[in-house]
Amino acid sequence: MIDVRRITKRYGKKVAVDDVTFSVSPGLVTGFVGPNGAGKSTLMRHILGLDAPNSGSVSVNGRAYRDHRAPLHEVGAMLEARAIHPGRSAVGHLLAMAHTHGIPRVRVDEVVDAVGLHEVAHKRVGTFSLGMFQRLGIAAALLGDPATLVLDEPSNGLDPEGILWIRTLLKGLAAEGRTVFVSSHHMSEMAITADHLIVIGRGHVIADTSVEAFVREASSNVVRVRTPDASRLMEALAADGVTVSIDGGLDVLQVAGLSAEQVGQTALANQVLLYELTPEQASLEDAFMRMTRDAVEFQGGATGAEHAEAGAHS
Amino acid sequence: MSTTSVPVFSSSHAGTGRVTQLGVLRSEWTKLWSLRSTRWSLLVAVIAMAGLGILISVAQMSHWSQMSARERARFNPVDVSLGGWNLAQLAIGVLGVLVISGEYSTGSIRSTFAAVPRRLPVLWGKAAVFAVVTFALMLPSAFVSFFASQAILTDHHVQTSLTAPHVARAVIGAALFLTAVGLFSLALGALVRNTAGGIAAFAGLMFVLPGLDALLPASWGNAINPYLPLSAGSAIMAIRPDSSSLSPWAGFAVFCGYTVVLGALAAYLLIRRDT
Repeated sequence: MIDVRRITKRYGKKVAVDDVTFSVSPGLVTGFVGPNGAGKSTLMRHILGLDAPNSGSVSVNGRAYRDHRAPLHEVGAMLEARAIHPGRSAVGHLLAMAHTHGIPRVRVDEVVDAVGLHEVAHKRVGTFSLGMFQRLGIAAALLGDPATLVLDEPSNGLDPEGILWIRTLLKGLAAEGRTVFVSSHHMSEMAITADHLIVIGRGHVIADTSVEAFVREASSNVVRVRTPDASRLMEALAADGVTVSIDGGLDVLQVAGLSAEQVGQTALANQVLLYELTPEQASLEDAFMRMTRDAVEFQGGATGAEHAEAGAHS
Repeated sequence: MSTTSVPVFSSSHAGTGRVTQLGVLRSEWTKLWSLRSTRWSLLVAVIAMAGLGILISVAQMSHWSQMSARERARFNPVDVSLGGWNLAQLAIGVLGVLVISGEYSTGSIRSTFAAVPRRLPVLWGKAAVFAVVTFALMLPSAFVSFFASQAILTDHHVQTSLTAPHVARAVIGAALFLTAVGLFSLALGALVRNTAGGIAAFAGLMFVLPGLDALLPASWGNAINPYLPLSAGSAIMAIRPDSSSLSPWAGFAVFCGYTVVLGALAAYLLIRRDT
């Protein structure tokens, strides 16, 4: 269980994380998605007590990370896979961590075997590929058999086999009742792996929803409309649950929340001429991009001329 | 690398142990010895401390006949035999910075602090392990150099013995000074958190600062000089009383005082700074 309460973090004048609140529940894989620079890693460092917020608080399994007497048994983390001294072996690195908690050598060998690094266990990690670093990072996270896992981009740099391995692993850990919090900038990968999603953009939580609901929303039909009378059609289409945005040229609209038939009928009723009316299936990646771009525009203080919204945007 | 099956991750082997200072000491011990660069630096320090004095002794004896009466009068068998500390302090000073700055440059400090979120046990652990290792290596090295050098100096009967006044203090003092140098540089490394910066700070405080004396009026320079880190710390190895420097133990205490101040500042910032 991870509880993030109203965290704000500034670096100089730049606000990296702005009043963020969310919680991560046990028994689920929770995907933490957002574009690079959205504040994912910053928040993860706060969860681990490595960085202190300007305001707000984080608790893990009921208390602040720094107050845990045996943190490796509570939270297993991988922040930057490559952040290991290149001159040390995988076993040397894990053993140094294990000693702090009196974890025996046999457990080190166990996690090394579990992630498939047995053959290179005594090689200097400076020679490792990114994929091997990821596996070592996961071994380190599993070392204390923790109830909560915090993993920053664990599938980064893995081959398809490795990605499948991570996916199976994360689901398995969640099935054992652990809290699994995983960041990624690949929406489609998270849609397969995660049960729940927290989407972050420019330091704000944009969505906190089940993957199922996110996919349903994202794959709802979008209708592309080309008309010489865009502004009148936008007014006519305005209703609850309908989103209209100008796409590309000034005469092209993207309508979400209505079917092509409904758009056509509304156009006819209002005597708006249509050149084109095309139903389009938005991919998850598109939905994610649109969502985070909206956050960027909101932050940038863009005016409504670029992006007209009709009705609620959940 | 071809593990696609999901192994059993719950384990009875992981235990439920808490973070203890003893555990952190073992961890730091493992970290120190698991790096090739550490072993090399320590080897250089041992060779310098144990071997250089012997070389200097051999060289001095070989041209003893050409030395002037004044040079012979100033000849100090203890200084000659312990001359290796000059080089050893560089190896130990650099390693002291690296012990902590290496964790920041590689990012492994985050794994370290995630395992020990109170952080201070890590600083104490590093300091204790490095101090014990340095002293345990430098003390025998100093004795080896001392005894071997005295044996060589018998050529011209200018040797001394461990039981002569101040000699034992100077030999043990060499190991004590080098240990304090290690802690001094470790504290600098913890403050600066950067290898190049830490080494620059170490070199600046130890070797550049004395040269800046020249910028001050002579009377000021003479007053300040004994209190500079290098002259204060190395006073513990002095045999002949010198009015321009502090007494051996007072000088060493001043150097230890600097180390404690730097260490306290490093500890204060260690808890407060983001990583």
